[in-house]
Amino acid sequence: MKGAAETDAQALFRYVLRLGDLSLVLGQRLGEWVGHSPALEEDLGLANIALDLIGQARLLLSYAGEIEGRGRDEDQLAYLREQGAYFNAILAEQPNGDFGQTLVRQVLIDAFQLELYERMTDSMDARLAAIAAKSVKEVRYHLRYSSGWLVRLGDGTPESHQRVQTSLELLWPYTVELFAEDDVDRAMVDRGIAPRLSEVRAAWVERIEAILAEATLKRPADRPHAWHGKRGQHSEHLGYILAEMQYLQRAYPGARW
Amino acid sequence: MEDQRQWPLFEVFIRARGGLDHKHVGSLHAADPSMALDHARDLYTRRQEGVSIWVVPSKAIIASDPAETDSLFEPARDKIYRHPTFYVIPDEVKTL
Repeated sequence: MKGAAETDAQALFRYVLRLGDLSLVLGQRLGEWVGHSPALEEDLGLANIALDLIGQARLLLSYAGEIEGRGRDEDQLAYLREQGAYFNAILAEQPNGDFGQTLVRQVLIDAFQLELYERMTDSMDARLAAIAAKSVKEVRYHLRYSSGWLVRLGDGTPESHQRVQTSLELLWPYTVELFAEDDVDRAMVDRGIAPRLSEVRAAWVERIEAILAEATLKRPADRPHAWHGKRGQHSEHLGYILAEMQYLQRAYPGARW
Repeated sequence: MEDQRQWPLFEVFIRARGGLDHKHVGSLHAADPSMALDHARDLYTRRQEGVSIWVVPSKAIIASDPAETDSLFEPARDKIYRHPTFYVIPDEVKTL
């Protein structure tokens, strides 16, 4: 039988990886826009957000490595894990689609991270509290940027409205996983490390509904969704992301620049 | 005629730190004022260049005509007595 301390550390390790992988995978996805955005200004805007997210992932994965205590650093965790050892919600790995679809995904995750990090700044885990305090400022801007675009596109032309409404219908079911609570989440709540996800969800829904109303978009109906990313079971898309992201470290182990 | 396929142009002014004035740093395209502010933040403050941003529609700026440079600015050239060079500036004044 495992000691309680060891079980605690394993749950925290898993939880921190979930947060870190969400930022890492979303940041990698946004990076795909570099050089392809509809305008030079948006190229930089999306790249800035991607870099913020990678920065968050670095802090979180470094911390995860320390919790694990097996000498793995941020790079080893980011670049040398197998697909099943990533624990991001699968919303983050969904394809960029058109610019509007990327922004819908972004709004849904930005609002989640904002509500989560705002409640984590007084976490019992000092390290997570500090990371949340730093990240919440970044995420507040991300949501300002993404929701601004969603409102413009939703309340724009009939075509832009139709496109983002379709993207919203497509991505909405994946949001269920963000708030699906399991033993790891409950352990974090019990230890005062993370907020209760039902509480985060209530605030998220309120925020999202306000944005959708301004964007003249319809909130899709909630449907049950079998969530698996947080348990390491991913959609086909993550494999392609990892192939591109990990290529260099796999081909040239330990490469630095 | 303004090109309708392009977003309008905005001029960007950044205040580097409190107490300094806003300086013109460049321009950008944006669909509306709030997008212009976001773009200015993303393009011109990536390296901590500022603490405050102004954006102004470029078409709101009224510029002097380069053809009139001589008549506008030449007459001041021989009036060096207008330069307040005879003041002694105290050491405490850093940003004059």
